[in-house]
Amino acid sequence: MPRRRSPQSSQADTRVPPVMLIPAAVGLGLVLLPLAGLVSRAPWARLPEILSSGEVLIALRLSVTTATAATVLCVFAGVPLAWLLARTSLPGRSVIRGLVTVPLVIPPVVGGVALLVTFGRNGVVGSWLYETFGVSLPFTTSAVVIAQAFVAMPFLIVAVEGALRTADPRYDDVAATLGASRWTTFRRVTLPSVAPGVVAGAVLCWARALGEFGATVTFAGSFPGITRTLPLSAYVAIGAGDTDAAIAVSLIMIAVAVAVLVLLRERWVGQR
Amino acid sequence: MLLTRTLRPLIVGAVTVLLGAACTDGDGAAVTSGSEPSGTLRVLAAASLTETFTSLEVELEAQYQDLDVAISFGPSSGLVEQVLAGAQADVLATADSTTMDDAVASGVVAGEPVIFAQNTLALVVPAGNPGNVTGLADLARDELRIALCEPQVPCGTAAAQLLDLAGVDAAPDTLEGSVKGVSGKVALGEVDAALVYRTDAADEPGAIETLSVPEADQVVNDYPAAVLSDSLNPTAAHAFVAALTAPTGRQLLAEAGFGTP
Repeated sequence: MPRRRSPQSSQADTRVPPVMLIPAAVGLGLVLLPLAGLVSRAPWARLPEILSSGEVLIALRLSVTTATAATVLCVFAGVPLAWLLARTSLPGRSVIRGLVTVPLVIPPVVGGVALLVTFGRNGVVGSWLYETFGVSLPFTTSAVVIAQAFVAMPFLIVAVEGALRTADPRYDDVAATLGASRWTTFRRVTLPSVAPGVVAGAVLCWARALGEFGATVTFAGSFPGITRTLPLSAYVAIGAGDTDAAIAVSLIMIAVAVAVLVLLRERWVGQR
Repeated sequence: MLLTRTLRPLIVGAVTVLLGAACTDGDGAAVTSGSEPSGTLRVLAAASLTETFTSLEVELEAQYQDLDVAISFGPSSGLVEQVLAGAQADVLATADSTTMDDAVASGVVAGEPVIFAQNTLALVVPAGNPGNVTGLADLARDELRIALCEPQVPCGTAAAQLLDLAGVDAAPDTLEGSVKGVSGKVALGEVDAALVYRTDAADEPGAIETLSVPEADQVVNDYPAAVLSDSLNPTAAHAFVAALTAPTGRQLLAEAGFGTP
């Protein structure tokens, strides 16, 4: 929708200077060309056959179930943590806030190594789990969920904390003066007011969990049906020289990512 | 000090480009025979060669002052994929002939690959053998954590052959993309048993115990090395491949536990 401009500036405004246009085109090309390349190289004729093959379906099912479980875990633990960070005067709050976003910036493989030496059978926590309960986490589907939750949790916390900070805390105060306990206030007043933020955070969290590779392959290993999620099977396929299968698996993940973005956009457009 | 360190690779790079130009201008054979190896040499090598090639790099760089060797280690099948996708490298060394044959068939290799070493598999357990593993048959035990290589990479192909030979239907919990991924998880004690190369087992004597497997000697991997046809530094590339079968290379390979072809 072009806005009306004053006659003097209209000519200067419509011309885009090449100094902006060229780098912008490079940026756009960098983002879009690989996707276009993937779509153009896609084995469309073989696609139904590849996607219906047992291996891809098994990886897809594993990816969807683990990403969903990881998201549930993140919401269960992340929403209270975000609330603590946004609404209480917890000592060392700013330090904790910085620490919970660490998985956003460290390489996922590093996260995987950290998980392995912590929750592995000889790890700090893992050895206790193994000796007490006989539980060994690495190379299990649970390890996939933990790895995904580790890298995806910050997305949820950041989204929910942001929503809590922008929501008006006076509603909570009013509820409190009316005699509601802090838990009731959280459940009946605070949570509904930040629900869009929780949903957006959960969707981003799910998408990040679905795409998790580095921490998963390091902590959970790679075995079909148990720990080999879609990104891992794409990597295995390219390593085996099966480019068609790698592209097909990649297309599924791109379709999911685009669907998530569209969903979020509608969510945001609907709210504002 | 810092400046010279930063500048050195640039100068070396520039020299490489100039040398490359000189090679294509004049008679290639004359340049190859006449000059000492220098410039940057890029080597793609199988993960199982990590320790040996790193030592060889040190030896060669000490021998030739102007040579800078850069080695990228990974699963052989992945390295061949990289070369086919256009990775700029001078030497390719794989852990079996199958992966090298793929490279030869695609026309990216100059001349005949040289078999420079042999390797066999070993059944390994973490120190203390927590799973009480005694032989290959234990790899079928469901309650144990077992790691094997991905079937497409050479150590996985060899493992499948060995298990087939022994009639064992293994129950692995993870299929790693490279042999170092397997040996690393054994050294950490996160798996109870695994099949790796004899050389990887010998590499971490404190953390890994090796169990003797009578069938292991029947599955032998040949390690071929070849100069790549797109090499920018064929002089150094030929010198590197030659060093593998020269006394220096032979000794390093033997120390690591590789067999002589």
